[in-house]
Amino acid sequence: MAEPAMLPRIAGQADAATSSAPTSGIAPRGAIRLEGISRVFGGGVVAVDRIDLDIQAGEFFTLLGPSGCGKTTLLRMIAGFETPDAGRILISGREMQSVPPHKRPVNTVFQSYALFPHLSVAENIGFGLRMRGVARPERLARTEQIMALLQIDAFARRNPAQLSGGQRQRVALARALVNEPEVVLLDEPLSALDAKLRAELQVELMRMQKRLGMTFIFVTHDQHEALVMSDRIAVMEQGRMLQVGPVLDVYEQPRSVFVAEFLGLSNIWKFTPRPGNMAETAIGALSIATPITTQRTAMIRPEKIWLYPEADAPRDRPNMFAGVVREAIYMGASTQYNVALAGGAIVLALDTNNQAAERSWGPGERVVLELKPANIMLIDG
Amino acid sequence: MSAITGGASIQGSAERAERLARAWRLWMTAGPGLFWIVVFLLLPSLILLGIGFFSIGNYGNPHLPLSLEPMREVAGYSILGWSPDNLATILRSLLQAISAAGLTILLAYPVVFFIITRPPALRPLLLLFVILPSWTNQVVRTYAWMELLGPGSTLSHLAQGAGLIPPHLGLMPGILAMQIGLTYNYLPYMVVPLYAAAEKLDWSLVEAGRDLYASGRRLFWSAVFPQTIPGLLSGIILVAIPAFGDYVVPTLLGGGKSMMIGSLIASQFLDTPNWPYGAALTIFMLIFTCAGLIVFRVMSKRLGSSEGSMI
Repeated sequence: MAEPAMLPRIAGQADAATSSAPTSGIAPRGAIRLEGISRVFGGGVVAVDRIDLDIQAGEFFTLLGPSGCGKTTLLRMIAGFETPDAGRILISGREMQSVPPHKRPVNTVFQSYALFPHLSVAENIGFGLRMRGVARPERLARTEQIMALLQIDAFARRNPAQLSGGQRQRVALARALVNEPEVVLLDEPLSALDAKLRAELQVELMRMQKRLGMTFIFVTHDQHEALVMSDRIAVMEQGRMLQVGPVLDVYEQPRSVFVAEFLGLSNIWKFTPRPGNMAETAIGALSIATPITTQRTAMIRPEKIWLYPEADAPRDRPNMFAGVVREAIYMGASTQYNVALAGGAIVLALDTNNQAAERSWGPGERVVLELKPANIMLIDG
Repeated sequence: MSAITGGASIQGSAERAERLARAWRLWMTAGPGLFWIVVFLLLPSLILLGIGFFSIGNYGNPHLPLSLEPMREVAGYSILGWSPDNLATILRSLLQAISAAGLTILLAYPVVFFIITRPPALRPLLLLFVILPSWTNQVVRTYAWMELLGPGSTLSHLAQGAGLIPPHLGLMPGILAMQIGLTYNYLPYMVVPLYAAAEKLDWSLVEAGRDLYASGRRLFWSAVFPQTIPGLLSGIILVAIPAFGDYVVPTLLGGGKSMMIGSLIASQFLDTPNWPYGAALTIFMLIFTCAGLIVFRVMSKRLGSSEGSMI
């Protein structure tokens, strides 16, 4: 699986960057290690603040965060366009700080695609191979292969200006993949596309990555995109990594309020611990499943809240709250209810629209919410 | 029935008024410029075209009957038979124009890239330093070069000492001095369009080039140079065309041995008058330049980068 079947590896393709530096022997091809990476811009703006990170070979890893959180700077340091002020970058076990971009075993898919306007699609894709001195017949063969793989062979002779956004995106991806880099860096490559095309390309990118077995580092501010595509994600804020882990872990068990709020919708309350593993919150006392120790914040995802009509709500369970629907936001597959409780606090609840009409509510209607203890997560601080 | 036709005619007259108003606006805005071009460019050119087909009078003035003699003279024929002098002058002017464009390109690229890599606040000032000399009169600046390159000048002494030129002679007059003068005079006209192109350079393409294993010279040619082509083409036109017909520099710095087409034309009106011949030369130059422009335009279109150029 490590060797992609479609793209035969070329003899002597272990290029300068791959063979020159001594290899530790431990780190597999495509693994990345960041040790204490920092980058401070002029004016003392700390873009990246002492980041340690290990990315496995062949992993689809996403750096997620709001704009200005340092994710792009981090990516640019791995590509070599920015130099870290402190720390080490290792790709496949080799130190990279003093290696210029054109000698690094990585290729980048740029946010603006950065296709050469004076070159045709095929010439754009073959550019990297040409610069590395790959002979013409082989270059053409590999260019054709990758174009077929990404279904852009029909546009081979066109100029980038004649392509649609989605086609350009594919060309930019092909231009990186054709070089068979150890690591592919993607800087918000889908942000300029419309929703439907984006969804298509998300799946295609994932499929391509699994097929070729290269390490992908994907930068995005779109939490949905991060959830869909990644093996693991790192949530960043103000140059720091707040949480790194498999998508499911980060979503289900956010370790900070920021992560909980950035990734999906959430209901978050500060609480005071009460005897019997109870939490006194703004909406009332909640029964909690996990033992309360030092945590002082409780969180529950809207889709984990159960809604009942007032009449047939179960009476004998904990954490039942009666309220009035303020807004019902219909989103097709699901509806988001903003429910005002007796004390005035608003709780978000999400209900899938898989039931008949009697299971939906309009503004002003009374509902009962169930916050099952097992669904309530505790967050430090 | 009558109501309907009445409505149509009202509509028609409103349309007519609208059309009149539009014509009025058009003439008021385009009129003055058009007047200027017709009176001071088109008419003189037509008169010149006419003069070019007259015979020469006793005082060099145009005279009847109409004749093709001036045109034959342009091609190099005279009563003494065919001489290559005119052809040589045209070729020399052409070469001077091309080499002036070439030299300004070589000088402009480093200057432009120096400026655009400075902080944005500083760039207009640096650009101003390049443009500033062209705000003084060209004749004055060329006179300054006469001083700098003349027989008694330090530069000439140095050149004499190095054995580059015979003793007691200056670097001026001559081809070299003329080339220096042209390059100096037209440098701003290369720097400015090139700067305009380079300032909106898409640096992400440079990064893409570096990301795809290009560095140094190959990076420049693959990612930077193509983006500057529109500015380069504009610059070539702005430099080569005036340099081709330049009069001041060849007259002051060129000396007698290196006649240029600009001086040749001027002498037909000033020194030994021959208006029909001078007019014919001018027309030839005009057609030659236009033909050059057309060829250039076709070439730049083929390069696929003519959208941004000023031609």
